[in-house]
Amino acid sequence: MKSNKFKRWFSENTQLLIPVIAILALVIFNLIRDPGFFSITLTVNNDGNQVLTGNLISILNGASELAILAMGMTLVTAAAGGQDISVGAAAAIAGSVFVKILKGAASITPWTLIFAFLACCAVAMIFGAFNGTLVSVFNIQPMIATLILYTCGRSIAYWINGGATPTVTSPLLKALGGYIPGVPVPTPIFIVIIVAILFALVFRFTTLSTYIQAVGINQKAARLNGINPIGMKLLSFVILAVCVAIAGCISVGRLGLINHETLLLDIEMDAILAVAIGGNALGGGKFKLSGSILGAYTIQALTITLYAMKVPSVSVKAYKAIVIIVLVVIGSPVVKSAASRLWAKIKGHGSLQKEVAKV
Amino acid sequence: MQNDVVLKMRGINISFPGVKALSDVDFTLRKGEIHALMGENGAGKSTLIKILTGVYTKDSGQIFIDTDGTESEITIRSPQDAQNKGISTVYQEITLCPNLTVAENIYISRGEGSLVNWKKMEKDAGALLERLNIPARPRQQLGSCSLAVQQMIAIARAVDMDCKVLILDEPTSSLDEKEVAMLFGLMRDLKAQGVGIIFVTHFLEQVYEVCDRITVLRNGELVGEYEIENLPQVQLVAKMMGKELDDLTDMDKKEFVPVQDAAPVFEASGLTSSDCPNPFDFSISKGEVNGFTGLLGSGRSESVRAIFGADRVTGGKVKVNGKPVKISKPIHAMKHGIGYLAEDRKRDGIIADLSVRENIILALQVLKGFFRPFSRSEAEAFAEEYVKALAIKTASLDTPIKSLSGGNQQKVILARWLLTHPQYLILDEPTRGIDIGTKVEIQKLVLKLAEDGVSVTFISSEIEEMVRTCSRLLVMRDRKIVGELVGPAVQQSVIMKTIAGGGD
Repeated sequence: MKSNKFKRWFSENTQLLIPVIAILALVIFNLIRDPGFFSITLTVNNDGNQVLTGNLISILNGASELAILAMGMTLVTAAAGGQDISVGAAAAIAGSVFVKILKGAASITPWTLIFAFLACCAVAMIFGAFNGTLVSVFNIQPMIATLILYTCGRSIAYWINGGATPTVTSPLLKALGGYIPGVPVPTPIFIVIIVAILFALVFRFTTLSTYIQAVGINQKAARLNGINPIGMKLLSFVILAVCVAIAGCISVGRLGLINHETLLLDIEMDAILAVAIGGNALGGGKFKLSGSILGAYTIQALTITLYAMKVPSVSVKAYKAIVIIVLVVIGSPVVKSAASRLWAKIKGHGSLQKEVAKV
Repeated sequence: MQNDVVLKMRGINISFPGVKALSDVDFTLRKGEIHALMGENGAGKSTLIKILTGVYTKDSGQIFIDTDGTESEITIRSPQDAQNKGISTVYQEITLCPNLTVAENIYISRGEGSLVNWKKMEKDAGALLERLNIPARPRQQLGSCSLAVQQMIAIARAVDMDCKVLILDEPTSSLDEKEVAMLFGLMRDLKAQGVGIIFVTHFLEQVYEVCDRITVLRNGELVGEYEIENLPQVQLVAKMMGKELDDLTDMDKKEFVPVQDAAPVFEASGLTSSDCPNPFDFSISKGEVNGFTGLLGSGRSESVRAIFGADRVTGGKVKVNGKPVKISKPIHAMKHGIGYLAEDRKRDGIIADLSVRENIILALQVLKGFFRPFSRSEAEAFAEEYVKALAIKTASLDTPIKSLSGGNQQKVILARWLLTHPQYLILDEPTRGIDIGTKVEIQKLVLKLAEDGVSVTFISSEIEEMVRTCSRLLVMRDRKIVGELVGPAVQQSVIMKTIAGGGD
């Protein structure tokens, strides 16, 4: 009975195999290269806080925005069968709104922070709804539909703050992007955990996950079962927009300023990649959020490893590309089916014949 | 007579993944004849046409074409190649350029050098139009002509390219009566000039109006070639459906006694949808099994889809249990206790990658609401119950539905709707493509549901099934209800005669 349960759990989570193996491989590789790679030390930072530092913390912390965006991107991918390439630009807009409101406030209290966050959420959701409408109502390919905001998003961000790159100095903002005084773990890590828990709760208490998968797999059949495909696609874009707003705010918090040109630049590609490494079909349908989260950490672990190896920052992308090619090829249907054939062979002819007999 | 043959296809075979689309089909076309290619949807008509026009490549078989009295075997590599060999096609949709002139459309891309002699082109076009009695001017923009004239210009273009074989694929489906007459006039002219015409249509009357011979296909096989005089319309229907009229024996039938004075469970008047343009009336009582019958493509599915709100509903009044309601989306129908098992299981039924369990509970889950998901154990209990009740063969409840056999997939979809405990269930081709054992089980289930007071509308291409299950039949032809058979009249021979309409 217990082995049966394990079998079921395993068969439901096979898609996580590749990101898990990739992370394990990176861990082993780094431990061999430098046994102290994952050591964590307690140091005092510039603000006088006791904080944890080390490569592991850098990986977990640095991947925060990516992990959050990857979760939202997974929903859009599953429902619409395509990707939103405007998340970086939309995050720049969200961040600009966030900073604009903080700059406008006489003093920054926790309430101003919350208000500014909600406002930038609202703005991001409007843009998300715009993307979602193009995709769901007008049936435009997601990549084409979001190309519009991808192209003009950073210009809009530029207008919001009149072309300046204003800085905001506030201990509260520092706490958001860095450390809460007295807590040695970076705040973005907690935010990722909170977002992941929120997603888990939504999936537990609504039928969102089933509906989105049904729409992504077979939109016509989903509609004939009373599901509103347009609504589901739109909703997935709006949820992604909330993720975008959160990521934008974290990023602003880290730097204490908004630079509309560079904020989360090119992150859309990494977010899409995280979804793919997580074993989710980019053509939509079934999805696993945990896969995308693992994918995000895989990408960040890879980047940190390369930096630790003193690879010049200009060449990092080339090395990253090589590893990604390997991961994507291993995850491809061709290799997967070859592997499962091999697996069947290893398990022996006996069980193979049993399978055939069952069919 | 044999020397008049212009096109001969012998032993044509073609397969697509999983389907044998044509097996050993012969087809013969003579000079100066109009030859109807008939068959239900999926019989292989368009596949045969596409082989002839070079869209598909046959797996085996031979094609001969007559060139100046000598017969030679040809291979057709592409649509362009087909055209060069004298086989031209005019499709249902106009494939010309509406923003060019009539003359340009006739002579465009004919590969006669890159220089254009506009004067000569217009003069030739004028002569051609006159010869064929087509009411259009060479310099007129094509888009300003009526659809029928555009159709005729497409034919003129084909004829001017020295075509020996002209294929007309459903040319009349968007034309009105007068335009059809005009088109037929042109077809007869061409026939007199010795062109062999293959006419594909689903309008039976038109076949008898203009054709000389009929070739009937069914399930990718040749049924036969007939002279039009020797094949009355009702026989043609029988051939298309694969029944000999003489074989038709009637079976035992259940009597349905409707509860009088009770409002019908579902009632529609003047219902139309985007895919079902002709308004129709329909009603069904509690515990009744009725059905739509007619050839494939006669509008049966479109009618039930309109009832369920599956297509865009454009008009009509609907009452459920006597109360006026609005059904414009599937969810509305579901909320009124209507279930709909779609005709195309793959396209409209299964959510392929989701598990058997998720597929079974889907409709009930949607009815229960977005914020009230079933727990895993509740869902498993429901799924378990129906997997047992319908004897669904699946490795587990977590198996993706796509790895089940067709019959078991169908049972899962059936379970999905039964789980919602509908008062009215629409089953569109529930037995298509599944084994005989499952077919019988599903028929029994339909009768059992009716006994329990569920109303069922049943559609099947297999007339025996309809006869066995339905107590009332609505017969459709050309997207219209042309007859209603009740009680004893529900027998195969009557059904076929009604489908064929008029005649004998």
